[in-house]
Amino acid sequence: MNYNWDWGILFREPYFDWLVEGLMWTVSLSLCAWVIAFALGSVLGIMRSCSSRPLQLIATVYVELFRNVPLLVQLFLWYFVFPELLPDDAGRWVKREMPMPALTTAIIAIGLYTASRVCEQVRSGIAAVGIGQRNAGKAIGMNEWQVYRYILLPNAFRIIIPPLTSEFLTIFKNSSLALTIGVVELTAMTRQIEEYTFQGFEAFTAATVIYSVVTFTVMLLMRVVERRIRIPGMIATS
Amino acid sequence: MIEINHASKWYGDFQVLDDCTTHVAKGEVVVVCGPSGSGKSTLIKCVNGLEAIGSGDINVDGLKVNGRKTNLNKLRSRIGMVFQSFELFPHMSVLDNVMLGQLKVLKRSSDEAQQRATLLLDQVGLSEHAGKYPAQLSGGQQQRVAIARGLAMDPIAMLFDEPTSALDPEMINDVLDVMVDLAQDGMTMMVVTHEMGFAQKVADRIVFMDEGKIVEDSPKDEFFKAQGSERAKEFLSKILTH
Ligand SMILES: Nc1ncnc2c1ncn2[C@@H]1O[C@H](COP(=O)(O)OP(=O)(O)OP(=O)(O)O)[C@@H](O)[C@H]1O
Ligand SMILES: [Mg+2]
Repeated sequence: MNYNWDWGILFREPYFDWLVEGLMWTVSLSLCAWVIAFALGSVLGIMRSCSSRPLQLIATVYVELFRNVPLLVQLFLWYFVFPELLPDDAGRWVKREMPMPALTTAIIAIGLYTASRVCEQVRSGIAAVGIGQRNAGKAIGMNEWQVYRYILLPNAFRIIIPPLTSEFLTIFKNSSLALTIGVVELTAMTRQIEEYTFQGFEAFTAATVIYSVVTFTVMLLMRVVERRIRIPGMIATS
Repeated sequence: MIEINHASKWYGDFQVLDDCTTHVAKGEVVVVCGPSGSGKSTLIKCVNGLEAIGSGDINVDGLKVNGRKTNLNKLRSRIGMVFQSFELFPHMSVLDNVMLGQLKVLKRSSDEAQQRATLLLDQVGLSEHAGKYPAQLSGGQQQRVAIARGLAMDPIAMLFDEPTSALDPEMINDVLDVMVDLAQDGMTMMVVTHEMGFAQKVADRIVFMDEGKIVEDSPKDEFFKAQGSERAKEFLSKILTH
């Protein structure tokens, strides 16, 4: 193979800046999508496990809808099809006039998709806390919301920190799909470096290292969080 | 105080409760016993509406538990319940466990709640453990905290569902002692248990259930002297020889 290795390229301008900028977009996209996924997913998880049939049904339909369509297809639907379904003005606004249409669409699409997965984690966490705790809460006269707020959720979220961490990391990796609708995040920047310099190996190695370092850092951080909020006397399960 | 009238309940085709009728007067202690699966837990859960009955009705302190307009949360806050598996809130200290309902349901000030909790923990012999978490306590200690948690709501009656059957033998008496004290202080109690020593000591009446039916409902002395039903005799001889 006749390939001119040049690791220095990664630290030369403008390529270094491109990597940094790409990482920033990846991180912001992931964090924003996570906020949506976590908030909506938690609400849906509560709805799916609560005593109201209609709320259960709404959450179930949501989950089945969003979990079973591939994320890439959802991304295209939101970006290319959804604006066409809107009235002309609104459609144009979504496509072009709203701030950073591609990024915003990617955040919403990935956020809504991941919410369905977070919902299932939250639901299983609540189920793991158990009917006995629910009954104990009700038995002292707490209403359903109080039982969730003070008993079920604090315990459920502790249980599901590991799966939620991996859902966040999945968002982080899925964020690279956003390049298909033109968001210039880390993977897109990497490809751009390759196109400009033909140093694809170095560029993709750099991307791989960056993704891994962030993933690893998040995992470490969540370990610390887990330890911090561990309940005294309980045996660690992870 | 607690009036169960012709209560029946089905899980699908399976009838868990079959026309159960019994009354617990104010200050009375009623022990409910019977073989596994006979519906004891279900009956006691119906009293505070944790399970809904299919037909019949249940009144507590004049309020219909299965009534459409009844504020179930309010009713439950006035009935203490103790579970076989303790069900303390694991993420809270013992003190917070006993304070939670007082703060969130009764809306007591935190000073008042803490005073009451401290007093009750002292009463069940656990004042040194107030700052610990449930997982740091033995089963018997946890169950006594659970009793304190129920009492903190100043209940008009207490329900117990096999409070000692998940405990090691040496801890059973610690819990039973607390319950005996309660009974002797005049608490209205409905207790599912197979601890016949406890029944002998403080029960006013014994209810014997089998296959969802209340087969026997008689004063303690009568029950122990001559149980009417063969089923009750057989059951009793089994648990007394253990
Ligand atoms: N949610 C449920 N769905 C279907 N069947 C149930 C349910 N809960 C209880 N049962 C059944 O109802 C019957 C009575 O249950 P229950 O728990 O009231 O019995 P029990 O007298 O308390 O027994 P034990 O001494 O084992 O605690 C059992 O046969 C049980 O399998
Ligand atoms: Mg039972």
